[in-house]
Amino acid sequence: MELHAQTIEQLHEQLIQKTIKPSDILDSVYKRIEAVEPAVKAYLMLTKELAYAMAKSAEERIMNNDNVTEITGIPIGLKDNMCLDGYETTCAAQMLKGYKPPYTATALEKLQRAGAVFTGKLNMDEFAFGSSTENSSFHTTCNPYDISRVPGGSSGGSAAAVAADMCIAALGSDTGGSIKQPAGLCNVTGIRPTYGRVSRYGLIAFGSSLDQIGPMTKTVRDNAILLKYLAGLDEKDSTSAPIAVPDYLKNLRSDIKGMKIGLPKEYFIDGMDAEVKSKVMDAVRTLQDAGARVEEISMPHTEYALDVYYVVAPAEASSNLARFDGVQYGYRDTTADNMIDMYKKSRAKGFGRETKRRIMLGTYVLSSGYYDAYYKKAQKVRTLIKQDFDRAFANVDVILTPTSPTTAFKIGEKAADPLTMYLSDIFTIAPNMAGMPGISVPAGFDSKGLPIGMQVMAAPFAEQAIYDLTAFYQQKTNWHLQKPRL
Amino acid sequence: MSNRAKFETVIGLEVHVELNTKTKIFCSCKNEFGAEPNTYICPNCLGLPGSLPVFNGEVLHHAIKAGLALGCSIAQKSKFDRKNYYYPDLPKAYQISQFDMPIAVNGRIDIVFRDGQKKRIGITRLHMEEDAGKLIHLTATGQIADAQQSLVDYNRGGVPLAEIVSEPDMRTPEEAYLYLTTIKSIMKYINVSDCNMEEGSLRCDANVSIRPWGQEKFGTKVEIKNMNSFKNVQKALEYEVDRQTRMTESGEAIVQETRLWDTAKGKTFSMRSKEGSHDYRYFPEPDLPPLEISNSYIETIAKELPELPLAKAERFVAEYGIPAYDAGVLTADLATARWYEKAAKLSGEPKQCSNWIMGDMMAKMNEAGIEEISDTKITPENLSGMIKLIKDGTISGKIAKQVFEEMFANGGDAAKIVKDKGLVQITDAGAIEKAVEAVIAANAKAVDEIKGGKVNGIGFLVGQVMKQTGGKANPQMVNELLRKKISG
Repeated sequence: MELHAQTIEQLHEQLIQKTIKPSDILDSVYKRIEAVEPAVKAYLMLTKELAYAMAKSAEERIMNNDNVTEITGIPIGLKDNMCLDGYETTCAAQMLKGYKPPYTATALEKLQRAGAVFTGKLNMDEFAFGSSTENSSFHTTCNPYDISRVPGGSSGGSAAAVAADMCIAALGSDTGGSIKQPAGLCNVTGIRPTYGRVSRYGLIAFGSSLDQIGPMTKTVRDNAILLKYLAGLDEKDSTSAPIAVPDYLKNLRSDIKGMKIGLPKEYFIDGMDAEVKSKVMDAVRTLQDAGARVEEISMPHTEYALDVYYVVAPAEASSNLARFDGVQYGYRDTTADNMIDMYKKSRAKGFGRETKRRIMLGTYVLSSGYYDAYYKKAQKVRTLIKQDFDRAFANVDVILTPTSPTTAFKIGEKAADPLTMYLSDIFTIAPNMAGMPGISVPAGFDSKGLPIGMQVMAAPFAEQAIYDLTAFYQQKTNWHLQKPRL
Repeated sequence: MSNRAKFETVIGLEVHVELNTKTKIFCSCKNEFGAEPNTYICPNCLGLPGSLPVFNGEVLHHAIKAGLALGCSIAQKSKFDRKNYYYPDLPKAYQISQFDMPIAVNGRIDIVFRDGQKKRIGITRLHMEEDAGKLIHLTATGQIADAQQSLVDYNRGGVPLAEIVSEPDMRTPEEAYLYLTTIKSIMKYINVSDCNMEEGSLRCDANVSIRPWGQEKFGTKVEIKNMNSFKNVQKALEYEVDRQTRMTESGEAIVQETRLWDTAKGKTFSMRSKEGSHDYRYFPEPDLPPLEISNSYIETIAKELPELPLAKAERFVAEYGIPAYDAGVLTADLATARWYEKAAKLSGEPKQCSNWIMGDMMAKMNEAGIEEISDTKITPENLSGMIKLIKDGTISGKIAKQVFEEMFANGGDAAKIVKDKGLVQITDAGAIEKAVEAVIAANAKAVDEIKGGKVNGIGFLVGQVMKQTGGKANPQMVNELLRKKISG
């Protein structure tokens, strides 16, 4: 198998055996990018020079046996909303075109310290608003399994790049489902860690109380490896948790006997894609056969999650995006007559449609006279949603659901209808509102050959349980080993 | 004031105090005034995309200390909120402030009038927030609207502020002035701010309205901004009360608005109307967890509080027998109070010490433009030494003024100055008698008049004797001898 098609684990083995060098992997990855990028369009920018410099220093570490980690020399792609000192970081937004931050996000610094190699910046929906990458200001990424379809979003570039072997792993970020939904649509393994597990410092904020960075990989085992290097307390992020990070891979259980899986009835609804439902139920049977105990549970407040999300997340976004005013950095309209006019024109021209829609939504729900009816009420319902999860996890170890109600849809199919688009995150939003960790792993394909994702969630900071179950599942299945034909 | 007859004035103040922490409120940049523009900045205080605030515990400490000193209750649960508005000095386009759960509420301070009367002013709340950057508009008027270019210095962005909001308890501009000086005095005592209005470490906005005496409902209030000294606050309020009175008397309605004080013109002007009424869209700051403050932490800080100015003044009155007004002046500034108390104890003459400081010392400091008593060349030991020399008759009060002048100009020990300059009082009866006799001989007419009953004339003769002795004769002895000789 060519190097670009392999996993972190496989490559690490060869690196420490010194049968390959980090630059060999990088050569293979860039060759692959050259071949398939014209069809997939996952990247916004390649950081070749930086990548080869990082590969060189990784090689020295390996040669000198100096602090070699499992990700030393591994090429990783970055969603373009994480600040990398001196490198254009745009959030796929016209507003930030040409913006080079003067500092690096904590998550990226941690990967750098562990010796990882950065291949480039990956496409996304503008400011992470969307589920398809169609909202990117620059271009739409295509699903490697069918290039007429979306890869999901907002971390669509990351998912497509991992699926198409254009990097060994990638970082995504997830607010309402932006890691899990594209992972599901692209046959990739993607975890959204517990809120507070990974530092948000340097992640350009969308919804501050929801945003999390997470790894997107080819296998659960790779995912467990990468999260270990990303997670942990960061004094620069006051919402990061002072909870020790386990060695997830080492701690993996060898079986799942006795693990209790909850199936919330509210997530297996009428009108969802029958093939999605049937593949997820196949997976449930596989796990049951291996000794897991399955029970139906109820999460009564699920139906409110989408409404609550579209109050809270835009409210925070409207405030977070107010700083893009053309004063210090980013797009500034130069035809303005005065200060107020400069704000208005810069924002009118610098932001895309969906971004403006979210800013208006958020501004509205925070306005005086509406705050109590919307924002405050939404926060109360959010507490009820969280209580649903707390009650459920008192009885079960993990909760299992489909990741998304459908497989990948056609580019343009939902672009004109934001409400339908918002529904593709319906299964990922509730756990996110509650801060729960959740993964999407490949669970099969529909009759069109499109990937189906399965979401597995656990109690806060119980990522280990998620990995235990899904790594075992990947031992029993080979969905995750399928590759797109490009 | 003319309006006193018909209208009652109602004033409330919002005071912003910059806290003197080592670093800024949400990052580790230095909190210092006067550096090169944009040198104390980082991604956080520039509000760069992806940056996150980290709360500086020293700010909490100072805010709690200030709250306690203002008699507030300290919240056990508090949080930060975002106040959203656009301005180029606010790089995130929101200010991290506190909305509905401030760190301190329900306080009070007493202000003291010249005659020693006290009045209690309520403090509604004290909350923590970040300062904005500083804008400089390149235009003659200093207003952003006319500027071709505006410069921003973000050094001040993220400097911690305590905003102190008073109840509308003040009834005259003088009370507002006293409120401000009292706040400043307390903040300096507890060492949380230097409250320098010229450097902007204390800023004040005033809300003022008038109403007919006896009416309970407040009149329409006007907010006044841009006052850059305590005296200007008083002047602006006087102007505004006058303006509102004239308008009301001529039947015009007061408009609720913000007005700017123009120091040069001595007037307030309506601020060009802004984008309608502000809706700051406050909501809880998701980047910062709520604060939980333990009782033991509050108690620890309470123990750090020094004796506050008013308590000290009252103690000085009781212990040293000085007038309330003098005690107020001496305790307004902690360094002065300490200076005084040391001199008072050393000399054993607290009243004399107070008189010297209130009189000659303050006059000379004013003349020389010295603000802190500790910046003068005189030490408490010097003053107490001088007072002892007066007490034991070595020098007269008159000579003491010369000694004081010398000490103020060059410093030094009073006894040494007296010795070096030959200022020792003449107490040798023989020497004084000689001078007295000479004066009597030379002023026969005056002596006759005194004998004829014009008793005041004696003062003239005493003066003559003092003149002859270069001011060094003991005045009491001169007096006695003169009387004896004339009547004898």
